Amino acid sequence: MSETVTLEPGGRRGRRATREPVDRHQALLEVKNLNVTFQRRGGRATRAVDGVSFSVKPGEVVGIVGESGSGKSVTSLAVMGLLPSRGVQVSGEALYRGRNLLTMGNQELSSLRGRDLAMVFQDPMSSLNPVIPVGLQVTEVLRRHEDLTRQQARDEAEDLLRRCGIPDPRRRLGEYPHQLSGGMRQRALIAIALACKPALLICDEPTTALDVTIQAQVLELLKELVSELGTAMVMITHDLGVVAGLCDFVNVMYAGRVVESADRRELFAHPRHRYTHGLLNSIPRLDSPRGEALRPIPGTPRDTIAWSKACAFAPRCQFADDDCVVDDLELAPLGAAGHRVRCVHPAPEEDK
Amino acid sequence: MTAEPLSARPQALTDLMGDVGLDERGTSLWQGAFQRLRRNPSAIIGALIVLAFVLVAVFAPLIAPYEPAKSQWIDQVTPSTVPGHSAEHLLGLDPLGSDLFTQLVYGARQSLIIGIVSTAFGLAGGVILGTLAGGLGGWVDTLVMRLVDILLSIPSLLLAVSIAAMLGQRPSAIMIAIGAAQVPIFARLLRGSMLAQRNQDYVLASFSLGLRRRTIVMSHVLPNSLGPVIVQATLTLATAIIEVAALSYLGLGAPDPAVAEWGRMLVKAQDRLQSDPHLTLLPGICIAVTALGFTLLGESLREALDPKSRR
Amino acid sequence: MLRFVVRRLLLLVPVLFGLSVLLFAWLRALPGDPARTLLGDKATPEGIAQLNAFYGFDKPLVTQYLSYTARLLHGDFGSSPRTGQPVLGTFLERFPATVELALAALLFAIVFGIPLGYVAARRAGGWVDRLFVAGSLLGVVIPVFVLAYLLKIVFAVGIPGPLHALAFLPSSGRQDPRIDATHITNFYVLDGLLTREFDASWNAVTHLILPAVALGSIPLAIIVRMTRASVIDVLNEDYVRTAQAKGLSRSLITRRHVLRNAMLPVTTTIGLQTGLLLSGAVLTESVFAFNGIGSYLFDAISGLDYAVLQGFILFIAVIYALVNLVVDLLYGVIDPRLRTS
Repeated sequence: MSETVTLEPGGRRGRRATREPVDRHQALLEVKNLNVTFQRRGGRATRAVDGVSFSVKPGEVVGIVGESGSGKSVTSLAVMGLLPSRGVQVSGEALYRGRNLLTMGNQELSSLRGRDLAMVFQDPMSSLNPVIPVGLQVTEVLRRHEDLTRQQARDEAEDLLRRCGIPDPRRRLGEYPHQLSGGMRQRALIAIALACKPALLICDEPTTALDVTIQAQVLELLKELVSELGTAMVMITHDLGVVAGLCDFVNVMYAGRVVESADRRELFAHPRHRYTHGLLNSIPRLDSPRGEALRPIPGTPRDTIAWSKACAFAPRCQFADDDCVVDDLELAPLGAAGHRVRCVHPAPEEDK
Repeated sequence: MTAEPLSARPQALTDLMGDVGLDERGTSLWQGAFQRLRRNPSAIIGALIVLAFVLVAVFAPLIAPYEPAKSQWIDQVTPSTVPGHSAEHLLGLDPLGSDLFTQLVYGARQSLIIGIVSTAFGLAGGVILGTLAGGLGGWVDTLVMRLVDILLSIPSLLLAVSIAAMLGQRPSAIMIAIGAAQVPIFARLLRGSMLAQRNQDYVLASFSLGLRRRTIVMSHVLPNSLGPVIVQATLTLATAIIEVAALSYLGLGAPDPAVAEWGRMLVKAQDRLQSDPHLTLLPGICIAVTALGFTLLGESLREALDPKSRR
Repeated sequence: MLRFVVRRLLLLVPVLFGLSVLLFAWLRALPGDPARTLLGDKATPEGIAQLNAFYGFDKPLVTQYLSYTARLLHGDFGSSPRTGQPVLGTFLERFPATVELALAALLFAIVFGIPLGYVAARRAGGWVDRLFVAGSLLGVVIPVFVLAYLLKIVFAVGIPGPLHALAFLPSSGRQDPRIDATHITNFYVLDGLLTREFDASWNAVTHLILPAVALGSIPLAIIVRMTRASVIDVLNEDYVRTAQAKGLSRSLITRRHVLRNAMLPVTTTIGLQTGLLLSGAVLTESVFAFNGIGSYLFDAISGLDYAVLQGFILFIAVIYALVNLVVDLLYGVIDPRLRTS
């Protein structure tokens, strides 16, 4: 992250001095072998996240793509320490600048949350507190992490809302969430998340609950702001379109594991995992011949097998055979540098 | 657009999928609720209490050592003392000279009758009013709900007292009074729950299919609205048993003073509270435990039927 | 705001109209001759004739109803045939006592109920939670007057043995008659403060404790359960997760994000307790010989004094409606979503 990015004239000096210097090559966030298991009273344990590893370098935008239930949201909540404490077991490591977020004390973690690590949630309707004004919800994060007076925080909040594209920000500060439209609320949430200029922003399907036209605007805004601030971003989505427009690097998840990870260009040009391949094939394209049918992936995410026994995607895969019944399939390098695939019969490297 | 058919799935895979077992198999609302109830300790305790209570009430003649309410041993009771435990009388005598244990056992029977009759009465009245209001809507709804609002602004004990006064001295008076005081509660509950159902998509879908209103209300809306009503009925059984005691305290109990009834036993023993506290405490405990049983059962049922807990 | 209040008060009119029709119908439906029922066993032929003329029982029903409402509108709620006192006068005289008791009971229920419910919710599923939930169930299933008697025996009359030391509170009344207190408002605690007779205030407070605890037990149980359920719901809300993601301190999240939202349903519940408090007062006041409307109503009910009963039901319905109006206004203060509409 560059120190020279100053968004407002005469920015508050000195308040970033407490942060460690940034090394562009050291990973900002490194998730290693993350496991999350839900244990319900009387029910069997479900492994939602199964040995997930990925890393995010400063300023980088990393996508995590998958269907609902693939474990992508749980991954992000685990990293932020926002999973409920009861009935959930988390193991592995999530190193933020070398400090493990998963074993960190509550005090230490909450001093990082909101300041170094921030998050934008899926549903702007329910993610803002309905009974207190929007302004307070922005200023409270500023006043928690920065030494500001009430008035300074208010001015800062107004500025933030304006930069997030909310017209008439002064009036909006005094309004309540129900008086804002869905798109406005998501902008307000983005303003809250970026208020303290975090080093890492995690976005959990930030546009799913919005109208299509608003979706594009919000994504554009996010893209602009993170590049301005030099903030790294983890973009969690089920929408490959979002990934194509935004991410530098992509992890595809299926049934709790990363099945393919690659550079964005590489992934779209040479998808090797049969699941990724299927996802790309199921997107309607304007340049495809008229009348050509879409090719959806057959079955549902429920037709699955434990990874410990076989490839979890095999039940839905057209290329599955007896070889796919192999325990704990490896995520192995394949083709271009950095491209890794967890598949017995990867697709041939052809140009898409 | 159709999915390409899967080329034959390898046998090994199919076998594996089989033993993964789809334990997420669809369960109906009531099946699921029952499964959750079985796992809930307070539901089990509640059910056991209720079961024991019903058994005692039904088999009272087999359990009780004597005939109830005979005042056979009235000569042993003095204004200041009541004989306690003895070989013949497990819990001693009551102030009217009957065997206390026998009276307590028959009291269960009386409470069960009062509870069931009054709840049935309240439920019937509430279901009729609520269905009219929720099913027909319009001015019927307005009229019924205004009436319900008015009745709800009178505390239910006073409402029961007023109705009992109106019915005069007949044995069924308190049961009907307690039941009638519950009618507005049931009516509002059922209407609210029906209105919530009426706006559900599946009901709109039924309308769009051209089904008759009566068919839709009777076969879709009503059955799906009954959950909260059944919960409330279970809780009302508890309320009724407590309320009878309160009415007895106010001097409006069953007209026949000899009938064994916990509320009155408790009230009649008040002046002996210091010398013989067990005369008050035992019926009090019976009332509290029975009410507790129905309350636990009702609360657990509510929890089990709550869609939020179905995750 | 003012328009809202006025509109709500106007809505009271049809309710009161409906209630007066119901009460009139009820008076007419009482078994036997209405005048005889109202006068009871001591009825003399002259008394019956007088009452018939007064109520117009010999005239057509509509005329009867109209004269009944006309009298109500003039503030004439009849007199008790038992005591000869006008219903309205007695009500106003005894009302402060019951308000004092009900407020004390509610205060007790709120001060203990909300923290206990919150703690239970935070430890949902743990043994503290189970203990509180079980305790609150006991509060609901024990008949109010049984609890009142138990409290009176243990803390006022005294049980023989070592526990006798617990009996340090007065067993009946509103104030020790030996204290020659000045009464201005008939709110005894307030009177003592106004006249600077602090010992009189304190004495009234000690007389309030036991009845307030007995009367407050059911609201306490309900508030504990409601707070618990509501806090559990709010803790699962997305905005609480947002607040956590901001790195806010736990106490700030609790105050600003959890409690403010969780209090919404609790407020409504507290408003709905009014009716329960008033009917509970009938039982509690009689146990502690507390001279409020409750004990008066108790005497009226056991004396089959229907004139008093119908008058009191009307008053109670009005109070109930007013309290719930206040609750709705309060609701608007807490929940901005209701303010604009």
